[in-house]
Parts: sequence; C-alpha cells; structure tokens
Amino acid sequence: MTGFDSHGMLLGMILLIPLLGAVLVGMASRWPNLRETGSVLAALALTFAVWSLLPGALAGERPELVLFEILPNVPFAFKAEPLGLLFAALASLLWVVSTIYSMGYMRGNNEAHQTRFFMLFAVALFAAMGVAFSANLLTLFIFYEVLTVSTYPLVTHKGDEASMRAGRVYFGILIGASIGLFLPAIIWTYALTGTLDFVPGGILEGHLAGPAVGLMLGLYVYGAAKAAVMPLHRWLPAAMVAPTPVSALLHAVAVVKAGVFTIVKIIIYVFGVDFLFATPSSGWLVPVAAFTVIMASLIALRQTNLKRLLAYSTISQLSYIVLATAILAPLSQVGAALHIAAHGFGKITLFFAAGSIYTASKKTDITQMNGIGLRMPLTMGAFAIGALSMIGVPPMAGFVSKWYMLGGALQTENYLAIGTIILSTVLNAAYFLPILYRAFFLTENVAPPREHGEANWPIRLALGTTALLTIAFFVFNGPVVDLEMQLVETLL
Amino acid sequence: MEILGLYNYWVFAILLLIGLYAVITKPNFTKKLIGLNIFQAAIFLLYISMDKVDGGTAPIIPHGAAKDIIYSNPVPQVLILTAIVVGISTTALGLALVVRIREAYGTIEEDKVISMDRDQ
Amino acid sequence: MLAAQYPVLPVIVPLLSAPIAALMPNRSLAWIMASLVSALVFATAVALTVIVSAQGMISYEVGGWPAPYGIEVRVDSFSVVMLLVISGASTLALISGKASIDAQIPSDRQPLFFAAWLLALAAYSGIAVAGDAFNIFVFMEISSLAGYVLIANGPDRRALPATFKYLVMGTIGASFYLIGVGLAYMMTGTLNIADLHARLGDVPYLRPILLSAAFVTIGLAVKAAVFPLHVWMPNAYARAPSAVAVFLSACSTKAAVYVMLRFDFMIFGGAFAHHDVQFSTVLMSLALLGMLIGSAVAIYERDVKRMLGYSSVGQIGYILLGASMISLGGVSAGVIHMFNHAMIKGGLFLAMGALVLRLGGGTLDDLKGAGRTMPWTMGAFVLLGLSLIGMPLTAGFISKWYLVQAALDLGTLGIVLIAAILISSLMAVVYIWRVVEVAYFQSPQAGASKHQEAPLMMLVPLWAVVLANVYFGLDPSIPVDLATNAANILLEHAK
Repeated sequence: MTGFDSHGMLLGMILLIPLLGAVLVGMASRWPNLRETGSVLAALALTFAVWSLLPGALAGERPELVLFEILPNVPFAFKAEPLGLLFAALASLLWVVSTIYSMGYMRGNNEAHQTRFFMLFAVALFAAMGVAFSANLLTLFIFYEVLTVSTYPLVTHKGDEASMRAGRVYFGILIGASIGLFLPAIIWTYALTGTLDFVPGGILEGHLAGPAVGLMLGLYVYGAAKAAVMPLHRWLPAAMVAPTPVSALLHAVAVVKAGVFTIVKIIIYVFGVDFLFATPSSGWLVPVAAFTVIMASLIALRQTNLKRLLAYSTISQLSYIVLATAILAPLSQVGAALHIAAHGFGKITLFFAAGSIYTASKKTDITQMNGIGLRMPLTMGAFAIGALSMIGVPPMAGFVSKWYMLGGALQTENYLAIGTIILSTVLNAAYFLPILYRAFFLTENVAPPREHGEANWPIRLALGTTALLTIAFFVFNGPVVDLEMQLVETLL
Repeated sequence: MEILGLYNYWVFAILLLIGLYAVITKPNFTKKLIGLNIFQAAIFLLYISMDKVDGGTAPIIPHGAAKDIIYSNPVPQVLILTAIVVGISTTALGLALVVRIREAYGTIEEDKVISMDRDQ
Repeated sequence: MLAAQYPVLPVIVPLLSAPIAALMPNRSLAWIMASLVSALVFATAVALTVIVSAQGMISYEVGGWPAPYGIEVRVDSFSVVMLLVISGASTLALISGKASIDAQIPSDRQPLFFAAWLLALAAYSGIAVAGDAFNIFVFMEISSLAGYVLIANGPDRRALPATFKYLVMGTIGASFYLIGVGLAYMMTGTLNIADLHARLGDVPYLRPILLSAAFVTIGLAVKAAVFPLHVWMPNAYARAPSAVAVFLSACSTKAAVYVMLRFDFMIFGGAFAHHDVQFSTVLMSLALLGMLIGSAVAIYERDVKRMLGYSSVGQIGYILLGASMISLGGVSAGVIHMFNHAMIKGGLFLAMGALVLRLGGGTLDDLKGAGRTMPWTMGAFVLLGLSLIGMPLTAGFISKWYLVQAALDLGTLGIVLIAAILISSLMAVVYIWRVVEVAYFQSPQAGASKHQEAPLMMLVPLWAVVLANVYFGLDPSIPVDLATNAANILLEHAK
C-alpha cells in the first residue's frame, strides 16, 4: 500500500514539476525569454512524465502514492487510474501548446503582469494534476479548491471594474457551491461509510437508499460547479474576461474538465454505476443535463461576442459529458471519458482561433468578422476544424465520443438522451456554420484598425497543432478507447 | 417569616439591580462607575452574609479557648477581601480612564463621546 | 527538580518579571525581557504538552498544602491547549510587534506597557492552570485589568471609551461569575473544581446551584463575547495597539470560553437534572445567532480590524456550537477550533499590524492597492483569510470538518446546524473577499504609493503562523489528539 514504487514516485514528480515550474518562472521574471523557455520546458517535462504512465496503465497497472493521513482513514494519496490519466494526459499536452500560444498572445497584446500570469498558470496545472490523480474525495477536494483560488487572479487579470465583477461571480459561484454543497456531500459520505477512497464499483451502496441517493447526487453534481450544469453555469461566461489563453486552456480544458471529471469519477467510483442505475431517485440528472445541453445551445445562438458564444457552447458540451455519464450505460461512460478529450482538443482550437483574431485585428464580435477567413486562412481553417468537431462531423474528434455516447444511450434505450444529442447537433451546426459562412463568403464590413494578416508565429503554431490533434484523435483513438474500456470492464 | 429572615439577601438583590440600572442608564462615565461600585458592594454583602453561622463568633481562637465555641466561616471574608482589592483596582483604573477621556474629548458624557467619534 | 515545577512556571515567571520589566531603563531592554519571558513560557507550555500527553494530568500543590485545602494547580490536555495558545500568541505578538509598539507607544511608557503585558500573560496562564474557582476569578481580573491598560494605550483617543466599555462589561461579567462561585461555595463549602464536582452530589437543595450555574455561564459569556454580549469586543480589538490586538484576540475570549467549559462540564454537568439540556439549548441558539449575525455585520464593516472583531463573534459561535452538542465529537471540534481560530485570528491581526504600520490606518480605504505595495503581508492575509473561510489545506478546514461531522450525528437538528455553518462560511468568503478586492484591484490613494513591505521582523512571525496553519491543515494530529483528550476529560465529569 505504501506505494513508493518507481511509478508512485513518478506521480509525486508529476505534482512537483508544475510547482517547480511556477518557482522557476517566478525567479526568471526579469528575463522573459528564459521565463517562457522554463515554462515550456516544465510543460514538456510534465507531458513526458504523464505520458510515460500510459503504457503501464494500458497493461493494467495502477501506481499509487500515499503521503500521510489527514483524517482517520483518509490519507493524502494519489492513484493513477484510466479516467484521471486521460484527463492529465490531455491537460499536460495542451499545456505545452498553450504555453507557446500564450507567449505569442501575451506579447502580441502587451499584457501586463506576465510573470504572475505564467506562474499562476503553472499552479493551476499543478492543481489540475492533483485533481486528476487524487485517490480519494478529500484529496480531490483540496486540489479542486486550489484550482479555484489559483485561477481567480487569472480571470481578473485585467484588474479593471468589469473583470473584478466577473471575478466576484466566478469566485462566488465556485467557492459557494464547493463549500455549500460539495463539502457537505463529502462529509456526509464519510459519516456514512467511514472512507472517501475511490473504489471501482463505488462505496455508497448499502449505506444509502431511496431519495437520499438523488439528494447526494445533487450535492455532488452542483457542488462540482466547475461542470457548469445549469443553473450554476453563470461563472463560465463571466470568466471570459480573462486573457484568451486562460479561457482556452483553463476554461475549455483544465477547470471545466476538472468539474465534469469529478462528476464522472464520483459516479463511477463513489456511487457505482450499477447502484445508481438501480436507484430511481438518481434519474433526475438526465433531464437536467439534457436541458442544459439544449438551453446553452439556444443561448449560444443569440451571442454575438465570439468568446461568450464559445463559453455557452462549452456549457452545452460539458453537459453532454454529464448526460453521457448519467445515462449509466457502460458504453456511455467511455463516451463521457472520450468527450473530455475530444471536446478539449476542439474547444481549445476554437479559443486559440478567437485569440488569434483578437491579437491580429482586435475584433471580438462575430458581426465584425465578415471575410476574415480570407485575411487569416489558417486561423479560420483551424476554427472550421474545431467547429466541425463540436458538431460531431467525421473525421473530427467530436464524432468519436458522440458515437460512444449514442451507443450507450441506445444500450439503455434512453430516448430522451438520444433526442437531446440529435437536437443539439442541429443547434451546434446552427450557431457555428453561420460564422464560417461569414468568415469565408461575405465581404469585409468593418475595416480593421490596421492592416493585418495572420497572428504571430507562436499563435499559428499552437493553433495548427491543436487543429491537427483534433483530427488525429479521430484517427488514432484506439489506445484511448482501450484505456477507458478498463473503466467499465467489470460492468460489461 | 422565613422570607423576611433572609433580608440581607433581599438587600443584596436590590443593590445589585440598582447598580446595574445605573451602569446601563447613566450616560455619565463617573456615574457608571458609581453604579459599578454599588453593584460590587452587593456581592460583598452576599459573601459576608453567607459566612455567618448562627450563634457564631469571630473566627479568632482565643488563648486556651474551649473546644465548643462556634465560629463564623472565615473563608468568605478572606475571599471578599481579595474581591474588594480587585474592585478598588478596577475603580481606580476606571477613574483614570475617565480623566483621560475628559482630557481627550472634553466631556465625560457617553452620548457626546459617541457622536464625536462618529463625526471623526 | 525543575521539571516538577513546570506547572507553576507559566504563572510565576512572568508575574515576577513584570515589576522588573517596569524598572527597565529603556524600551528595548524591556522588550527583550518580555519577549524572552514569553518565549520561556511557550517552551514550558511545549514541555507540559509533552508530559501531559505521555502521562496524563499533573496536579501540583502550591506550598505543599494538599487539595482541597491548599491551592491546587492542575494541568491536563485542555490546559495545555490553552497554554500553547496564550504563550504562542504572546510570543509572536511581542517579536513581531517591536516596530508597531515603537510607533504607537511613547518610549518612556514602554517599560510599564511591557510590565502590564507580562501581568496579562501570567494571569491568562493562571486561568489555564488554576484548579480552583476563586483563583480563576483573581487571575481573570488580573488579566482583564492588565488588558484594559494595554488597550487604553491604543494609538488614538477612541481607545479610551472602547476600554471603558470593556472595563464596565468585563467587571459585570466577572462579578456575575463571582456571585455564581459564591452560591456554589455556600452549598458545598469548597472552591476546588474537582472537589466541587464531588460534593455537589451530596447537596440536597439544588436551586442555588442552578442559579450559580446561570450566573457563572452568563458572566463568562460576557467575557467570552458570546452574542449578544459581545458589544465591547470589536472596538476593544480595533482601537488597541496592533500588537495588543494580536495577543488579546487570540487569548482573551478563549480564556473565558475555557473557564465556561470547565464549569459547565466539570462542575455543573451531571450535578443536577437537565443541566445539559439547558446548557445546550441556550448556548446553541446563542452560538447560531452569533455565527450568522456576527458574520453578517462583518460584511458591512469598513474598518478591517472591527470586521475581524465581528468575525470573532461568529467564530466564538463555532466553538460554542461544538461544545453545546455535548458529544465527544462536538466538544473536540470546539476545542480544535479554539486552537485553530486563535492561530488564524492572531495571524490576521499580525497582518493588520503590519498594514497599519505602513499604511497608517486599517480601513478599506487605507488598504487600497496594498496587494501591490506589500505583497508578502497581503499574501499572508489572503492565506489566513482562506483558513478562516475553511479552505482545505488550512487549519480552518479541519475545524469545520470535525464540527460538521459532529453535527451529522444529531439528525435533523444537525442539518440545520450544518446549514448555519455553511452560510456563515460563505459570509466569511464575502467579508474576506472585500478586503482582497480592495487590496489587489484598487489603486493606492494619492501620495501613498511609496509604501514599502513590512519589516522582516513582522513578516517572519506572520509567515510562521501561515505555515503553521498549512501544517495543521495537512497534519492535524497534534491539536486533534489534544482536543480529543480534553473533550474526554470534560465529558467524563458530565455524566
């Protein structure tokens, strides 16, 4: 159990690397080139460390690292399991890309406090790694809160009145939900079971029954407000005041995925899929998630600010994941896990594109973007790939996860879920395709402040990479599917 | 009769309430302190009353005294001496404060002091 | 054998040093002496903790007279928690307070100031170790008198009426306590706490004891600033010299709560029917009101020190809420929070001391832009604030965890209590965040941009508290074990 094997040590290193990265960045504050090189190196090292766990995990290894006991029977412990590994692999890889992107973006827009920005970015990644690899609910909760606190200054980066108000919404909802709902749920679980470990098959079965199960599920789902299930979704559009790299990596990948990841993990490892399936009171989650998917898409239709539109699209896509896991079919759990990755690739590409447009032309509104595809073909090409992935068109990543979700919905004959997925696909197309149409087929209506082509090279590099990854995930999803199938192998 | 027989406890209760009343209602800091003193005096009376043993004499053993003399309990008297000392210190400190307040604000009326602080 | 004398050292050493400090020729010597004595008391407290943890309660007969006739000094797990809090707060406040004391108190008065400080230290330690009811009264009054002197030295004239209010209310509280002790003595003929408990069993006529319990509890509630008897406290902390606020915010109310728990559990608990019900109904409702109203008022307070004072009203509520559950879990949670809250609030006042020293005031307006000019101090303030809110990785989280755990055992009532705890925590988020926003998002006031970071001598103790907060948030075994032992001792008598 003490798990100080080499892979356990690797887990420790995975947590230390981003922290060390933050320290290095802080020390190199006077030399921007050195600082950013350090940031990229830390990201590369982290990616290497996380990815080196993958072969072992595919072979069924579950490395552990147990540090010390915080509360009786609740240690500060980490464990690499398929779901967390996927999340960590995704976040670390995209950290590399978005660090490169950030260099271009932050310099291109002459943002202030760049050292603080890169440091907090690293701390946020540290927290995301902690969330991904926590072996129990308390450890997860600790890192979940570190993630909230460390991203707050990133959201309020500009420091003006608007970002302060947005920060208040962001911090208030996330902290309020986690203290008001998530923590009581954890304590309740502990009082019932005496443990908080993530155990395949769940720990709550036999300790809780009837409507209380639905209530507990509600506390967890809304407690993890980072998943932005309506009505606790307001923080995500608010967070869009942040610089675009933050919106891209944190509010399309690390933070929001930490939320849905927590929900999926809790459903699989705390409740147990079979237990929830056998308990009717948990059934409310499917309609609520379905409502969020549709409602957020409808709101997205009416947005003209590109980043806000993407934010509502994210809310909708996050609830896809919640919906998939709430269907409680084995295949849909795999779909949920895959969608964490698939949506990550697609959405980060979209945000990168939005940031690229802003850096080059200072445009933020869709109505100003007529004909921009001709000025910035690479950016808008990548945007098209991301958008198609959101809609779920092959050969993009989004298709793969939707395939498994639909498969799961058919397995359990959940027609509400099937209908929702189909309807939202139509809605996704309805708000993304007009943007593409504007960008490529209409003539420019608003002259940019100065002549511009594409944004600077780090932005283009990052943008192209994530667009390629979105396609690559469609082609090479085999190992990922194999890994995530391990999640449900006991159920099949 | 029994109710009246315990008259010193009645006095204790009445003094206590008079003192408390003065502390709460008087806006003048010095009068508050006087109230506080009455309040404390009531407690002295309580302690002195409780040490009295029926037919008891002062707890001083005379030289070669007989064994069957009844003495009053000396402990409460000793306790209350200490409490009196504490009370005197408190009063002294309180009065010193009143002097300082008078120097700083030019008044010793609580409501005036409060309104001066509010304007600040 | 010096080791045998450990139990009385925390009282004797500062008591004897106080007049010497008063005679010191200059302020630095007096400060060094006070700091050394305080550190020595802290070392003794640590030694006592080790001894008590290993071999249980220590009883010491002053002058060799056996209890219950002589004066008994008793040190158990509960006492050492209190001793650690008192001496730790005093030491950190003194070490970090040099600069702010020099700025706020005239040099010629400083030796006397430190003498009063040492008297307060001796008296608070005395409360923690005293084994009989009357000595507790005497120590309580010494600590209060010394405390009045310390507070009255505050930097502006508003310290004077604040002190006067504290003096009047404190004296009434202590007098109530004295009446209660008198009534108990009348019926039992003893003042020793253990003996009182034993003899109460034989008292045939219990109404005076009931009255005694009421007087003692209410009297101590005044001193503990239990809502609604807290009105003296926010101003007393806010107007006191910065260093004094650190010391008193950590000890003064805690000491009264400490005595209250001793009396209500170890003496009255089990002595007459329904005491537990009365105790828990009254205190639980007051605790809930305090938690909600104290935190709510803190939200609207623009003077950050007063805000912290109102926050303390709420936090005292947490401690009493735990105690009023009268279960092992609840009482331990209360004692854990006594320890953790002393650490958190002491730390916050340390940070305020540094801010006031550099910015010249402690209102929200003064704090504008402090995040940029004093990054280390504000960083510590934020981390301690998070601990106050109850964020994981900090000591405050552990308090809330145990408190909520204990509440869960109470069924439906527990749900209400948990709701109150959570609402109060969320209000803490609001009032802490108001400070954070002002400090980080607003520009410093005109002409105030040249502020610099606080001196190292303030930052080091401040960050020591922050790190202690994180340490006890990760590995709470020391306070949890001590608190569980203390709760066992308290509850064992209440049966």
